[in-house]
Amino acid sequence: MASLTDLTVAGLSAAMAKKEVSALEVADAHLRKLDEHRALNAFITETPDKAREMAKASDVRRARGEAGLLEGVPIAIKDLFCTEGVRTTAASHILEGFVPPYESTVTANLWKAGAVMVGKTNLDEFAMGSSNMTSYFGGVENPWKRRGDNRKLVPGGSSGGSAAAVAACMVPGSTGTDTGGSIRQPASFCGIVGLKPTYGRCSRWGIVAFASSLDQPGPFARTVEDAALLLQAMSGHDPKDSTSAPLAVPDFAAAARNPNVQGLKVGIPKEYRVEGTSAEIAALWDKGVEMLKAAGAEPVEVSLPHTKYALPAYYIVAPAECSSNLARYDGVRYGLRVPGKDLIEMYQNTRGAGFGKEVRRRVMIGTYVLSAGYYDAYYKKAQQIRQLIARDFKQAFEKCDVLLTPTAPTAAFAAGEKMDDPVTMYLNDMFTIPASMAGLPGISVPVGLDKDGLPLGLQFIGRSFDEETVLRAAAALEQAAAFKERPAGY
Amino acid sequence: MSLDKDTVARIARLARLKVPEEELAPLAGELSGILAWIEQLNEVDTTNVEPLASVSDVTLPLRADKVTDGGIAGKVLANAPGGAVYIDPTDKNAGGFFTVPKVVE
Repeated sequence: MASLTDLTVAGLSAAMAKKEVSALEVADAHLRKLDEHRALNAFITETPDKAREMAKASDVRRARGEAGLLEGVPIAIKDLFCTEGVRTTAASHILEGFVPPYESTVTANLWKAGAVMVGKTNLDEFAMGSSNMTSYFGGVENPWKRRGDNRKLVPGGSSGGSAAAVAACMVPGSTGTDTGGSIRQPASFCGIVGLKPTYGRCSRWGIVAFASSLDQPGPFARTVEDAALLLQAMSGHDPKDSTSAPLAVPDFAAAARNPNVQGLKVGIPKEYRVEGTSAEIAALWDKGVEMLKAAGAEPVEVSLPHTKYALPAYYIVAPAECSSNLARYDGVRYGLRVPGKDLIEMYQNTRGAGFGKEVRRRVMIGTYVLSAGYYDAYYKKAQQIRQLIARDFKQAFEKCDVLLTPTAPTAAFAAGEKMDDPVTMYLNDMFTIPASMAGLPGISVPVGLDKDGLPLGLQFIGRSFDEETVLRAAAALEQAAAFKERPAGY
Repeated sequence: MSLDKDTVARIARLARLKVPEEELAPLAGELSGILAWIEQLNEVDTTNVEPLASVSDVTLPLRADKVTDGGIAGKVLANAPGGAVYIDPTDKNAGGFFTVPKVVE
């Protein structure tokens, strides 16, 4: 048998079902990997004791014949999900010392399915970033390196720790959240699968809020099938999140196990051929189209005319919502408190010291665009653009069943690159943000390596609540691309 | 739209963020850069376009007006950074207070 940490979620489940290995042995093998690769800084908090305790309980359940969908599978949780009794930081200084007295719905669903938590992963502060460089706990190192170049690369962001942990085989799966690309872009940078479900598919209850009309939790894994299994466990209606959809959860794993794209109309949006995209990514995109065509799919050119406006509109909507959501961090009820001579000064001192540079920048942009006299010019305008973007997708889906695009305009970059100008960093999300603005499901699938030996992903975008078609198409591309490369040394 | 130092100081005050004096000018530059980039939205004619506030098609659900949770004051106050004051120290769930600097003279 292959090393336990090389196995997928499905592979581990099968081995445990056949009693070849116990959940405790599986947990220990992965905890050793956490130990071995601690230098990546993928975790903010490791929970080895909790992992062993959960694994033992899992073995008891399995012996009783009560195995759940993810029974005994070790997973890592982005440190944006509240976990009862385990400190939750959002990678921010301002949540210093915060230990949630409750469990988020998505993580509760995962534990109900039998999964085992090994720790809480690093991220950009409050999920604001595309490099994981804004974390108060330091950046995360991507397990991949450019060939013949020892410089450390970023794993992408904001869910950088969750992506790096899966790529380095510290866990077979993890959770992330995606507001503008925070699952799909790091998945592409780390050579793994990352899935952002339709807005409303998974409950947001108990997840530290960034931009509430955009935030959506989702899974990372090394295969499409594994991502489907994780999504299956995470999804479902939750009365505690009023935007959570009261829909039954389809059999996502079945969709992922059926890579049949015969006759599937795959839309190729012409506006995604933009300047600034590497030639290699453009070539990979063409190759992806050819692969799907060879598998029986029918490529169709479509137009999404407002694509270029999605990014600037997002940088009004997301900061506006962030400035409102982050108003709660005032040093009164939880987290950091920096004293001041009166209440107002205490707020200012606490927030000034507790928030990092990028968070402060976004809170200020949000405050400005919502301030008296500017609301219509910025916020209302952005919401109107959002309507046009959603309309573009609706019209495109009259001509096709799913869209294929690049996930990110480049491969992983080195720590420190793109840091001078915030707008350059924002451009990383140019291909992921339009689907976020429309609330649509998207997945990034690793397809090939660039000339430097770094992984590149392609993205499928589906109709609202049609993750099944997205998974089916992703499984077909996965099969055709047969991407088996692993980062050296992991 | 170009922001000056005074405007940045005003925004910081509105956002209850302490920003050191020497950071105001660089921030004004950065924020102006972002806002200038956002200006491109003015190219789009949005006359009569209904603003989209939520992509969720779900009508906000109503529930029965019943208490579904509570009696957990101890948990609510557990993370109080300034410490909490409990009405009954022997029963934290009986209720209590967050503490803040004095606001009334």
